[in-house]
Amino acid sequence: MRNYTLNIVLAALCLLVVGLSQFGVLDQYSETVLMFIGINIIFAASLNIVNGYMGEFSCGHAGFMCVGAYVSSLLSVTLFTNNKLLGAALLPPELAPLLFPVVIAIGGFVAAGFGLLVALPSFRTRGDYLAIITIAANYIVISLIENLEFIGGPRGFHGMKKVINGMRDLADIPWMLIWVLLGTLFSLWLLRRLVTSTYGKGISAVCQDEVAAEIMSVDTNHIKLTAFMVSSGLAGVAGGLYAHIFGYVNPQAFNILKSTEGLVMVYLGGMASLSGSVMSAILFTLLIESLRFVIPGLDSVLHSVGLLPDGYELSQIWKWVIIPLILILLMQFRPEGIMGNRELSDVFPKLRRWYTLK
Amino acid sequence: MALLEIKGLTQRFGGLQAVSDFNIELEAGELAGLIGPNGAGKTTVFNLTSGFYTPTEGSITFDGTPTRGLRPHQVTALGIARTFQNIRLWHDLSVLDNIRIAQHHRLGYTLWDAFLRTRRYTAGEKAIDAIAWEMLEAMDLKEYANEVPRNLPYGMQRRVEIARAMSMKPKLLLLDEPAAGLNSVDVDGLIRLIRWIHDEFDITIWMIEHQMKVVMSLCQRIKVIDFGSTIADGTPETIQTNPVVIKAYLGDDTI
Amino acid sequence: METFIQNIFNALQWGSFYALIALGYTLVYGVLLLINFAHGDIFMVGAYISFFVASILLGQIGGFFELSGPMALALTVPLTMVLTAGVGVTLERVAYRPLRRKGAHRLYVVITALMCGIMLENGNLALLGASRKALPEMIDKVVYTIGTVSVTNLKLMVIVTAFLVFALLQFIVTRTRIGMAMRAVAWDKFALPLMGIPLDSIIVFTFVLGSGFAGLAGLLFAMSYPILDPYMGAMVGWKAFIAAVVGGIGDIRGAFIGGFLLAFIEIMVAAVFPSTFRDLFAFSILLFIMWQRPTGLFGVAKTTKI
Repeated sequence: MRNYTLNIVLAALCLLVVGLSQFGVLDQYSETVLMFIGINIIFAASLNIVNGYMGEFSCGHAGFMCVGAYVSSLLSVTLFTNNKLLGAALLPPELAPLLFPVVIAIGGFVAAGFGLLVALPSFRTRGDYLAIITIAANYIVISLIENLEFIGGPRGFHGMKKVINGMRDLADIPWMLIWVLLGTLFSLWLLRRLVTSTYGKGISAVCQDEVAAEIMSVDTNHIKLTAFMVSSGLAGVAGGLYAHIFGYVNPQAFNILKSTEGLVMVYLGGMASLSGSVMSAILFTLLIESLRFVIPGLDSVLHSVGLLPDGYELSQIWKWVIIPLILILLMQFRPEGIMGNRELSDVFPKLRRWYTLK
Repeated sequence: MALLEIKGLTQRFGGLQAVSDFNIELEAGELAGLIGPNGAGKTTVFNLTSGFYTPTEGSITFDGTPTRGLRPHQVTALGIARTFQNIRLWHDLSVLDNIRIAQHHRLGYTLWDAFLRTRRYTAGEKAIDAIAWEMLEAMDLKEYANEVPRNLPYGMQRRVEIARAMSMKPKLLLLDEPAAGLNSVDVDGLIRLIRWIHDEFDITIWMIEHQMKVVMSLCQRIKVIDFGSTIADGTPETIQTNPVVIKAYLGDDTI
Repeated sequence: METFIQNIFNALQWGSFYALIALGYTLVYGVLLLINFAHGDIFMVGAYISFFVASILLGQIGGFFELSGPMALALTVPLTMVLTAGVGVTLERVAYRPLRRKGAHRLYVVITALMCGIMLENGNLALLGASRKALPEMIDKVVYTIGTVSVTNLKLMVIVTAFLVFALLQFIVTRTRIGMAMRAVAWDKFALPLMGIPLDSIIVFTFVLGSGFAGLAGLLFAMSYPILDPYMGAMVGWKAFIAAVVGGIGDIRGAFIGGFLLAFIEIMVAAVFPSTFRDLFAFSILLFIMWQRPTGLFGVAKTTKI
C-alpha cells in the first residue's frame, strides 16, 4: 500500500483540480496560474539536473524552452489547423488529443538535440565558460528565430489556440490544464527515476570529483551529454506546453530574464533537490503573480504617505529589480536554498512511513 | 605474458621531463612497490597507467591490450583500479553510493531502462547492490554504508577508497601512498589489509609508498625512481643496501 | 574603396569601445578569476553618469553651473570616471567581497554578478522611466575629409583614447609594483597577504581601473551616439566580453586586440549580411572559439594535477 500512497494522492489532487476547473469553480486566471506553476516546475526541475546535480552552470535554459515551444507549435498548427501560412490541416482534428503528447515530445527531442550541440563545446572548458556558452546559445536561438520572418520573426507566432479549440470541440474539458498536469507529473517521474538510479548518481559523482569519476569507470563525457540532453529536452516540453496555453509565442519571452527565473528557482529550492525545485517553483510563481497586485498596492500606499512624488509611478519593471535581488540575497545568506541538497523525505523522515518513491 | 608491460615510457610536460624511459613488467599476482623522493614522477607513472595522461613516448600494454588513446574509464574497464594520494571520495554521497558508482562500467542497463524500470534495470541494480554490500562486508564497513565519507575518520576513509577500487574486481590495483596520513596503529592495520587483499583475491598490486615499514614488509619487488628515471630495481633486501638508493632517498647515517 | 576605408574607421571606433570595456573584464578576471557580468552595465551607468554630470555642468539641470562646452567636457571626463569607479567599487564591496570573505563557491559570485547587472538595467528603467535621455553636446563636431573619406574629430578622439588607455594599463601592469601585485593575485591569492600585500586594496584598485575606464567608454559612447538606453550596456557589454574571451581572458593585450578583432568582423559581416545577423555572428564566433580554443588567442591553458 505504501508504494502507491503518493501516486494516489497525486492522482486525487489532479482530479480535484480538473474537476474544479470543469465546474467553473476555478476561474480562468487561477487556472492559468496553476498551469504556469506546472510549467515552472518542469523548467526548474530540469535545470536542476545540470545546475544542481551536476553542479554546472547553465544560464540559458530558456533557449531550450524556446526551441521546444516553436517546434511543437509549428508542428501542431501544421498538423491540426488550417493556417494561412502553413496550409490546410494535415490530419483530422479528432486526432489532436491523441497526438498532442507526441507533438510536445517531438518539441522536447529537438530541444534535447540543441542541448547536445550546446554541451559539446563544454567538454573542453571549465565552469564559467559553460555560463558563457549557454548564455550565448540562448541569445543565438532568439536571434535566429527573430530572423526567420516566415514564422513571424520578432512579432511571434500564433495559431495554437485553434488546436486547443479543436480539442474542445471534441470534449468540453479543460484540455490544457490536463496536459500541463500530465506533463509536470511525467517530467518529475522521469527525473526521479534518473537521479535514483546508479546511472544517475554518476551525475553527482562527476560534480563532486570529475577526475575520480573518470578513473572509477564513469564515462564522464557520456554522462554530461545525457544530463544535458535530458535537462534541455524537458525544458523543451515545458516550452511546448507554455506555447499552447495562450496560443501565442514570441522569442523575447525566452530571453535571459526567463533563464534568470529558472536560476532563481533552482537555487532557491536547493541544488540537487527535486522536492526543492517543486517547492520553489510554486513559491516563485505565486510570488511573481502576487507582485502584479502588490506593486500597484505599494504604489498607492507610498503615494498616500507622501514618500513618492506625484509624477512617479511604480511600474511592473520593479519586478525585475526584486527577482535578481532575491537571488543576490540568497547567494549571500542562504546559498543552499530551502532544501539544501536534500529531499523532503530526508528532512522529514517520518514521511517515509507514508510513502515510498520508486 | 606479463599482466602489465610498460616500455620506454617518457612523459614531458612542456619543458619538464617528468618520467624518463620507464620500464616494468608486472606478472599476475605480484605485489610490487614504486618508491623514490618527492617529485620523482611516481604518481605520473600511475596517472599514465590509468590513462589519465597520454604518454609522450613509450607504450603501456595491459593484459595484452595497448592502452594508448583510451580514456581513463575505458582503461579501468580493462581491469585497473586505483586509489589516490589525496583521498578522492565523493564526500556528499554515502559510502554505499561511492561503491555503487564505481560499477558504472558494468551497469548492465541503459538510460531508457532506468526511465522505464525494466527488468534489465532491476537486475542490474540488484547486481550492483550485491557487489557493493559484499565488498562492505569484506572490508568490515557495513555499519558505515549510509554515512558520508567526510564524517568518517581518515583511516576509515582510506579503507573506503580501497573498497571502492576493489569493488571493480580489478586485475591490477594501484595504490598511491595508501599509508599517507595514517598513525602507526592504522598503518599496521593497512599492512594487514593489503596482505589480506593480496592473498584473498586473485590480484596484482602495485604500490607507491614513502613509509618504508609498509614497503619493505609487503613488496616482493621494488623499483626506485628519481627525477623520472629508474635508479634501482630488486627485492627489498637489495634495495635497502643499494648505495645509489641510499644516497638519493633512504638516507645515509654518516651525515 | 572609400567605403572600405570608411568601414575601417567605423571598426576602429567600435573596436575602441569594445576594447575599453573588455580591458575591465579582463583585469577583474585576471585578479579575481571572476567574470564580472555586471561590467557591461557599469558601462551603461557610466554613460548615464556622464549625462547627469554634463547636464548639471552645462546648467541644463539645477542651474548651479553654466560652463562652456569644452570646459564642461574637461570636467565631465574625470568626474564620470571617478563616479563610475565608485559604482564599481561599491559593487565589489557590497556584493562580491562578503562572498569572498566567506570563501563562497565561485558559482555564487558569478550568479551575483549576473544579477547585479540585471538589477542595474532594470533599476535604471524603473527609476528613470522609459523616456530616452540624450547627452548634451559639449564640443563642436569637426569633420576631416580626405578624398571621399570623412572622419569626425570625435571618432579620432575615441580611437586615440583607447590606445592611450591601453598603453597606460600595459605600463601599470608590467612596470609598476601594484601591477605586479595584480598579476601575483591571479597566481596565488593566499600567498599574497602572507607577503605583506593587502589583497583587498589590490582588488579595489583593479575595480577602480576597470570601472573607471568603462565609465570613460560610456562617456565617449554617449558622445558618439547621444541617445541613452538602460539596456545599452547589455549588448555592448556582451560583445566586449566576447572580445575579452576571444583574446584570451586574463591578458590585457588579448582584450585589446580582441576588441578590435570583433569590431572588424562585425563590420565585415554587416557589409555582406543584413544587420540583424550581426549579433548572431558575434555569438557564434564566441561559441566556436570556446569549442576550439577555449583559452582564446593569448590565454594560457591550465592543467589539472591529480
